[in-house]
Amino acid sequence: MSIRLNALLKSPWVFHVSTGSCNNCDIEVLDCLTPRFDIERFGMVLAPSIKHADVLLVTGSGNRKSMERVKKLYEQAPKPIVVVAIGECACSRGIFIHSYNCPVPLDKVIPVDVYIPGCPPKPEAIIAGVVKLIQKVKEKTKNNA
Amino acid sequence: MMYIVYLIVFGFILTTALGLIASWIDRKVTARVQYRVGPPFFQPFYDITKLLGKETVVPATASKGMFLISPVIGFAAATVASTILWMNQLKLGASFLGDIIVLLYLFTLPSLSIILGGVSSGNPLGRVGASREIKLVLSYELPFILCLLVPIIKSGYSIRLLQILNFQTNNSATALSFSGGLALLMLIPCIQAKLALVPFDIAEAETEIMAGPIIEYSGVSLAIYKLTKSILLFSLPFFIITLFLGGFNFVGFGILYSIIKYIVFLVIITVIRNTNPRVRIDHAMRFFWGPITIGSIIAVVLALLDL
Repeated sequence: MSIRLNALLKSPWVFHVSTGSCNNCDIEVLDCLTPRFDIERFGMVLAPSIKHADVLLVTGSGNRKSMERVKKLYEQAPKPIVVVAIGECACSRGIFIHSYNCPVPLDKVIPVDVYIPGCPPKPEAIIAGVVKLIQKVKEKTKNNA
Repeated sequence: MMYIVYLIVFGFILTTALGLIASWIDRKVTARVQYRVGPPFFQPFYDITKLLGKETVVPATASKGMFLISPVIGFAAATVASTILWMNQLKLGASFLGDIIVLLYLFTLPSLSIILGGVSSGNPLGRVGASREIKLVLSYELPFILCLLVPIIKSGYSIRLLQILNFQTNNSATALSFSGGLALLMLIPCIQAKLALVPFDIAEAETEIMAGPIIEYSGVSLAIYKLTKSILLFSLPFFIITLFLGGFNFVGFGILYSIIKYIVFLVIITVIRNTNPRVRIDHAMRFFWGPITIGSIIAVVLALLDL
């Protein structure tokens, strides 16, 4: 594995965007930063701006207004960037699947790497999802090499 | 030719490594204060390596040349400043008349580079952050310079760093007198503001204006800003220790004593940063131009009375 990729996996800075969620998933994301879970052990920090971020956390069902913004954010982000969909709404639009305001699912707009289901997912589930993501990236590079 | 070697070995490699270790200590102490485990030892090194491998995005509204050159200005100034400090400390014979004044200017340049970067990024939040940084520089520079007058007066009006060091070796450290102790006390908030740590991180307030001047920076430019910050985290306390606490000593138990001196200074800064909320810019100005300036004027008067 290259030094560059190794360093990326050791310090993924996360940026957190809500596309019209009920705020429950956002609270669970912030729970990961609390002393009980402390994701800074793995080098994860909440980035203040998308320009600093390596991981884009998306929560919420994705309404008409916010989907444009998510697309813009993804285009502005410095590559390589990983997208994680957190919660039932971001994974599959959840109970809003027939809503007039949620026309497209998130993964039709930007490529999603990891789906973390739950309404809301527990902080343990979020951490487990990120660990799976890191393993996935490692295996992908192993197969390519 | 030798000076270029010193610049690379002491100014860049040694100071960067020590600065990154210092930023790890800062993060670890912060985590322990908050009952967390904290990041592993090599975390700052991973962060910098990762940022160097990322794409650098230049916003369409930014003025491109200024945007890319301003991090380099601050980084170069910080590196040169730490080279001068190391050469005086290790007595490599590069002390010149007025090097304290040169260092004073060099330690202001990183703040100027942040202002330039914020203004040229074309982001409104970046501009707000830059204007806050200008006000902060205006407020802390006056007491900072007044406090630095104390060791100069104490050592018989010498503006040469080596002479101040030798004076402290022959007599006692500046901080052990009334005036020196008061000046050191007044300097700690100035250091806090110069390093943009929490009571005075008004310019980079992450919760209000999302990192302010460095909001648009990514990849290599952001890595340079982070490196500048960690170099300053080492070299500013180093500068203060040289002037007030008799510098470092690398013979026998002196090494242990020097490390303890630096780490105690760093932990004091970190604990202040963790136990205080962010102040507003007008509060910061009133604080620096009020009590801190008066305190440092008293320190200068005491030094003139030879106390």
